[in-house]
Amino acid sequence: MANLRPPYLITAAVSGLLFGAGLYVSQMVDPLKVLRFLDFTAIPSGCWDPSLAFVIVPAILVMFIAVRIGRRRPAPLFDVEFHEPEYKRIDTRLVGGAALFGIGWGMSGICPGPAIALIAFPPDGIWLFLAALIAGSYAGSLIVPSGRTRRLADAK
Amino acid sequence: MESFSPFTAALGGSLIGLAAAVLWLGNGRIAGISGIFGQLLPPAQTVVWRLVFLVALVLGAWATSQLFPALGVGGVHPATLVPPPAAWGVPPPVWLAVAGLLIGFGTKIGNGCTSGHGVCGLARLSLRSLVAVAVFFGVAIITVTVTGIV
Repeated sequence: MANLRPPYLITAAVSGLLFGAGLYVSQMVDPLKVLRFLDFTAIPSGCWDPSLAFVIVPAILVMFIAVRIGRRRPAPLFDVEFHEPEYKRIDTRLVGGAALFGIGWGMSGICPGPAIALIAFPPDGIWLFLAALIAGSYAGSLIVPSGRTRRLADAK
Repeated sequence: MESFSPFTAALGGSLIGLAAAVLWLGNGRIAGISGIFGQLLPPAQTVVWRLVFLVALVLGAWATSQLFPALGVGGVHPATLVPPPAAWGVPPPVWLAVAGLLIGFGTKIGNGCTSGHGVCGLARLSLRSLVAVAVFFGVAIITVTVTGIV
């Protein structure tokens, strides 16, 4: 099992630490800050907070470079292959799922990364929110076909 | 505008990008939180690294808040959840539970959230992710406008 070897797990830990640090430093753990970005009605009055854009653009650029480096390598350092997402089709499930996520995100200002990072300094209500997140994800897994073969067949 | 924080935003964003880069070049995995989290649930696949990643994510946020409180939100409780708009008359726990259910369900069937589609998908130039990002940002902006939560 490649994914139980120490280098593999240390890589996962380092990545998680960096991710959590980034969410804190960027203040994306603060739901109000996220909502202040999503509130475009504040643009005319000059009260809009564009910070989220200043978070996601550098994140994409750094990852873009990593993807370019990865393309020139046959495999990642500690596994036999890059696990590229298998779905290619743009279907109702993608658009519908993104839309439902958008409603929940706009209602709360919390996306899954910050939801988990908030465990570090749990605000009132976060456990209820996480329980609902788990229940919703589980409900979704009941309608998303399980197993790689079925997913691939479905993705064609 | 007093809350606009471009420098810490860009620093934090670069750290998030670096986190995604480490997981991709090291383990060939996408740092998509909803995916890493959602696949812990039955039918679970590879559990150990996902747990390690998520525990480290919590520790990373906590350690940074202790070591560099001035960099981020600051304080012992740097963030509170935002109460629902009073005009809607919905009790906060109900509002939160509905939001959590929609986010869990939506990211599961849509295969990703802000990190998986937003950071990693766009960096991979995935058309699927571009569509997802446009939809969830658009719908979230509409939702904030309609609910008047801010």
